[in-house]
Amino acid sequence: MAQNDTLINGWQPVIGLEIHVQLQTNTKLFSPAKNQFGEEANTLVDLIDMGLPGVLPVLNDGAVKQGIAFGLATNAEIAKTMVFDRKNYFYPDLPKGYQITQLHYPIVKNGVVDVEGKQVRIHQAHLEEDAGKSMHDIYDSESVVDLNRSGVPLLEIVSEPDIRSAQEAVKYLKKIHQIITYLDISDGDMSQGSMRCDANVSIMQPDDKEFGIRAEIKNINSFRFVEKAINFEIKRQIKVLESGDKVEQETRLYDSIKDETRSMRTKEFANDYRYFPCPDLVPYEISKDLVKKVNDNLSELPEEKQKRLMETHNLNEYDAGVLCADKSTADFFEEVVKEADAELTAKWIIGDLNALLNKNDISLKESKVEAANFSKLIQNISDNTISGKIAKDVLDEVWQSGEDVAKIIEGQGMQQISDEGELEKIIDKILAENTSQVEAYKSGKEKLFGFFVGQVMKATQGKANPGLVNQLLKKKLN
Amino acid sequence: MNFQEIRNNFRDKKVSAKELTEESLKKAKDKSDLNAFISHFEEYALERASYIDTNFDQYIDKPLGGIPIAHKDIFCTDGRKTTCASKMLENFVPPYESTVTKNCNNAGSIMIGKTNMDEFAMGSSNETSFFGPVKNPWDDSLVPGGSSGGSAACVAADITTISTGTDTGGSIRQPAALCGITGLKPTYGLVSRWGMIAFCSSMDQAGPIARDAFACSALLNAMASYDDKDSTCSKRESVDYEKGLSKDFGKLKIGVLKGVENLGISEEVLKAYESSKKILEQLGHSFVELDFTELSSGICSYYVIAPAECSSNLSRFDGIKYGYRSEAKNLSELYLKTRAEGFGDEVQKRILIGSYVLSAGFYDAYYRKAQKVRRMIKSKFDEFFMDVDLVFLPTTLDQAFEMNRESSDPNRMYKEDLLTIPANLAGLPAMSLPNGFSKNLPIGVQFVGNYFSEELLLNTAHKMQEVTDWHKMTP
Repeated sequence: MAQNDTLINGWQPVIGLEIHVQLQTNTKLFSPAKNQFGEEANTLVDLIDMGLPGVLPVLNDGAVKQGIAFGLATNAEIAKTMVFDRKNYFYPDLPKGYQITQLHYPIVKNGVVDVEGKQVRIHQAHLEEDAGKSMHDIYDSESVVDLNRSGVPLLEIVSEPDIRSAQEAVKYLKKIHQIITYLDISDGDMSQGSMRCDANVSIMQPDDKEFGIRAEIKNINSFRFVEKAINFEIKRQIKVLESGDKVEQETRLYDSIKDETRSMRTKEFANDYRYFPCPDLVPYEISKDLVKKVNDNLSELPEEKQKRLMETHNLNEYDAGVLCADKSTADFFEEVVKEADAELTAKWIIGDLNALLNKNDISLKESKVEAANFSKLIQNISDNTISGKIAKDVLDEVWQSGEDVAKIIEGQGMQQISDEGELEKIIDKILAENTSQVEAYKSGKEKLFGFFVGQVMKATQGKANPGLVNQLLKKKLN
Repeated sequence: MNFQEIRNNFRDKKVSAKELTEESLKKAKDKSDLNAFISHFEEYALERASYIDTNFDQYIDKPLGGIPIAHKDIFCTDGRKTTCASKMLENFVPPYESTVTKNCNNAGSIMIGKTNMDEFAMGSSNETSFFGPVKNPWDDSLVPGGSSGGSAACVAADITTISTGTDTGGSIRQPAALCGITGLKPTYGLVSRWGMIAFCSSMDQAGPIARDAFACSALLNAMASYDDKDSTCSKRESVDYEKGLSKDFGKLKIGVLKGVENLGISEEVLKAYESSKKILEQLGHSFVELDFTELSSGICSYYVIAPAECSSNLSRFDGIKYGYRSEAKNLSELYLKTRAEGFGDEVQKRILIGSYVLSAGFYDAYYRKAQKVRRMIKSKFDEFFMDVDLVFLPTTLDQAFEMNRESSDPNRMYKEDLLTIPANLAGLPAMSLPNGFSKNLPIGVQFVGNYFSEELLLNTAHKMQEVTDWHKMTP
């Protein structure tokens, strides 16, 4: 059975993820304040986000539409009526003393996503407001709060415990990332906190009927840490159980520096959130019309895009799949091929560009490589202005400086030499300087052909058009 | 002079807004012993009155043009202290205006001050105010009722002809009854709650307090408006309630409670109730007896739901952002001390009850059950209104009572709301008007109407007041 691959020391890990996604609406979930990241502290704050006495929340329809879009993309049930609840707890970055969320009647229920052939079920996805941000390290003896994030709309996506390994968890998380970025409902940037992940982890014996006691790991803020945190937690639980102890139901915090999870609070000290329906917001009816409208305007999903790229650009399934894994890459490809050859573009993105991205561990958006510029690079390869080898150097230069491809080629004299007369002169000179090799070649040592090509390339610093060099050499030697 | 006469005089330029304001300010000062006000805005009021006089033409047709008004200190007033009668907000100055006070301003009224109330509107005697109790203008050893006690006393003492109140479990109607004036709690959602400090969000509703139904209709014209800042506000065509007073709604079928004499209502209140029924009969209306055995479970439901919502609504008062903050060594001490020192006993009691009924393991037994009772009461009223136009019942069990009764019998205070609470649970409009006197103290009676039947309520009360004089009595 495939599942047995996931056993660790005979134990079966069982994992469920809770993923918080910040939605990209213009304004906040319940206030007219702007929803933006990176502004000066406390500048995007409305009376409502401050929790002043007497203020009331008004639901942002944009967030509702984005929630519906996610439901449609995951084949989920969209609620006919959704209800907002209050989750009560005290914290300085929670100005009202409660968070408005959805407990029993979420916007989305019972979805499913395909993770490399495996179905991972989504229990529910619900709308809720984000809290502000507490900062404890700005002043010596005081903590401060930035309320810009207070009231930012979140979609919390709760999976069923269908995941069986840390690697699978990462794949599922990447799949969700892919869906939300394709739907354009979030930038999914984990480093900025616009996608955050908590993991529920337990272990059991493969033939156990019930799951083990789970621990919830909070504060995991990168794909890499998701894998590390879960693997650490699995090993910790195995150690606990194998030494005859019991795993405690608790919340644990992942420390990425020490690569370990630490107990944050045990069940006895768990908050009692005293949930109840928020009386300031009437139950919200989602009409069939609204769902249809969202569906009609639904962005292209990864599978659809992959199919379309295969059809319109004649790509093979693998290449199209790699390009569509990440929406920004697929968009980049489409931008580049407006002017450049598709097959060559795919080859260069999947090969050299991806290698650079992986090596430097950054995203395409963060790099200095722009689609229009990259397109010029491909065009220059296509029309033989530069050779593939030179193109690699040009790409390196673009990667470093973001400089215009045409300027790099011109400035460094990288254009390919395709002038027959010029090449002939060079070839003649090389043949004259290497008479013994010419003799040997003519007497049957055909392997020497490569030697001559190499000499030409050396003399031209690699700029000679290889096809033309071959052609001319053959003519002269035979 | 009543509201209508004063407004006519203003419109006929027989009196200026400034003169009216000066008179109200003077009365407020003369009657400061009542403790009806938390804030006075003398300078502001006079300036505003002068402005209205200078721009007379803009205000001549406004429902409240030139009329001094007192607002319950639960409505946020931009740049002016709003305390909710709590130490927690003793020095709180909101940076924004509530829809109710804004609407009243736009209707041409002149705010002379903010009135005293029970702390965060929790109480039925006005004794829970951090700023001390309000005295009943009819007898200063008695309470004026609550929580809108200051607003009721202000009108009863003739300081202003109109004031605003809020009614969560009877907080407009009960003090109106105890002070011998008229007050209306509108249908939930008719008046915007934006800027009104929340106690129990699903029942809180602002409404007019005045000497008579006429003034209530003019004030409601000003207060009621659709407001997209309040998601529970009802979007409907606006009604001219003042015009509605002259309509003829014909002969009404009025529901009265079977076994009303067994509810613990005092003899005097029952007597006044019976004589009011006679007047209604003389006006051509007829009665239908209603079986409302569920009435008394309303109070149990209310005292679960209201504290539950209040425990959450009052969480924002934590000493972090605004309001009272205690000295503390760490965060949890800050919360504990701030809230222990900033809230009064009644408020703390309700927060405790509310937190308890919402907590894990108790939610189903209390909160869910209370909601069930609430739905039951609502459907009972739906049933009644298939058959009758209005329901008629006393507003209170008894007349104004002595201060400090709470300490001898705490449950008696909660029982005070027995007859007013059902309308709040169902979200129905209800209106109290004076209907008798005993021992030189006023008595009140109320109508409960179907949803958005304010026009009928005001019309019926107005017609009764055309043939009676109870609303004209002054202390």
